[in-house]
Amino acid sequence: MSTAQITRIDEASALARAQEKGKEAVALAPTDWLHRIRPPSWRTLGNLSLAWPLPLFVLLVWQLASTYEWVPPQILPSPMTVAATFRELLETGELRDNMLISFSRVLWGFLLGAGAGGLLGIAMGLSPLAKDYLYPSFKIFAQVPVLGWLPLLMMLVGIDEALKIILISKAAFVPITLNTYKGLQGVPNSYIEVARVFGFNRWQLLRRVVLPAAFPPIWSGVRYGLTHAWLALVGVELLASSEGLGFLIVYGRQLYQLDVVLAAVVVVGAVGFVLDKALALVETRLLRWRRESF
Amino acid sequence: MSQTTSLLRWLHPATVPPKLRGWVIPLAGLFLWWAAYRFQWTDSQFFVPISKVLETGARMTQGGEIFIALGASLYRMLLGFVIGSLVGLAVGALLGVSRLAERMVGPSFHTVKQVSLFAWIPLISLWFGLGDMAKIAFLSLAAFFPVVLNTFEGIRSVAREHVEVARIFAYSRWQLFAKVVLPSAAPSIFTGIYLALIYAWLATLGAEYLLTSGVGIGNLLTDGREHFWMDQVLLGIVVVGIVGFILNWTASKVEARLLRWRSAQMAQF
Repeated sequence: MSTAQITRIDEASALARAQEKGKEAVALAPTDWLHRIRPPSWRTLGNLSLAWPLPLFVLLVWQLASTYEWVPPQILPSPMTVAATFRELLETGELRDNMLISFSRVLWGFLLGAGAGGLLGIAMGLSPLAKDYLYPSFKIFAQVPVLGWLPLLMMLVGIDEALKIILISKAAFVPITLNTYKGLQGVPNSYIEVARVFGFNRWQLLRRVVLPAAFPPIWSGVRYGLTHAWLALVGVELLASSEGLGFLIVYGRQLYQLDVVLAAVVVVGAVGFVLDKALALVETRLLRWRRESF
Repeated sequence: MSQTTSLLRWLHPATVPPKLRGWVIPLAGLFLWWAAYRFQWTDSQFFVPISKVLETGARMTQGGEIFIALGASLYRMLLGFVIGSLVGLAVGALLGVSRLAERMVGPSFHTVKQVSLFAWIPLISLWFGLGDMAKIAFLSLAAFFPVVLNTFEGIRSVAREHVEVARIFAYSRWQLFAKVVLPSAAPSIFTGIYLALIYAWLATLGAEYLLTSGVGIGNLLTDGREHFWMDQVLLGIVVVGIVGFILNWTASKVEARLLRWRSAQMAQF
């Protein structure tokens, strides 16, 4: 056989295999999909229909208030205006640009704070010596809320990117450190004894017993951390920034364009919602084992 | 040789008595601060010696400035906290007790709560102005969300068996609420109130930075920053920290006292 033939055969078999796989995928996908997404039951539909009247009522009152000018439009623009402004902000890319800036700030701040908090929490949770030395200082540091540090940091590092990232990481750092530490402390002694009986070494003990057992509180620390980071971001951007979602709000406020303010507030809420839901989703996925055991 | 080993042993972290270990880092920090001034490691205009901060503290305490600022802040905070918590308790209890209310209001509430707290300030400032009214409204909002959430969750997680036992004892609706639901939801409700207190304190600073009219500890801090008075900024941070500490401490003591029965019950098992 020539090499060309071999290649052709290889190609053919590869193609066959791919088709086989494709068939598998095609055969699996619909059932899998159907299995996952069931039509909503009457019950959920009923629940959903109950959820709508309140927001619709608020929207209606809002719309009426602006059509009949019960309140001046500078104080309350109509929902239509807000929607139009929202579309405009989307089309001009203003919203996207500011969102990207805010996202990158939150991301870096959060990663920094979560990394440091995780390390400190693990150190204090595993070593009583580290706890004795570090915990009181940590408590002192945590006692002053994020915004308390703001004036000091503004004097020390100015109002550039560093300020935002430091404050956001402080916001994420405290809950993550605390929950990691408390989570590790809360691992029942009996688990560790069982692991000793099985002759686990230190690494196995940590990897297979301590960390999984401490995972739920640690993860809720991560969720708090992200929520706090987002809160801090908006606060910092409102106070000292020339771009980002928070700045969009301040800017709208200064020009008395409440439609911009409201549109930005809606976006801030939506982002917070998505962040929280995403982490909750990861949690249910990572904690599947816990649900199965009950 | 033996001298070096003994020195090493003395320097080893484990030789410091456990009770004193927590002091090492703060004291080292203070020492570095003092040394930096004493040996003039920096000539930054922001750098102030410890003594200057203490001096400013003494001056502002004697002049009463710090008490006026702190009093104004605490007054607003407590008012906002009480209003927000009470409304939050009512809403949370309603959502917890009534499925219908939960389905009607729950989704809207969960959506609105996602809006980061400070994003409300520009709206509030347009609607309520920059005065005390706006600040108290904002602080109430800050306290409201955690109380609603935790009250709701506390009531929802009341064990079904407890309710069934109460039914067997033919408790009235009120008895059921006062004797079964409330006690078992209490720990969660306290968590909510505790969080509300922390959030209210955080929000107080935010409100004072962003709604700049009036006096308060936040204004003291911004004032210090604007005039480059590092001593005043540092003093403000210390005061903020102390207030936070006292709030935490009081809340945990009150909680421990009101939930005494919990540990007593545990001991019976």
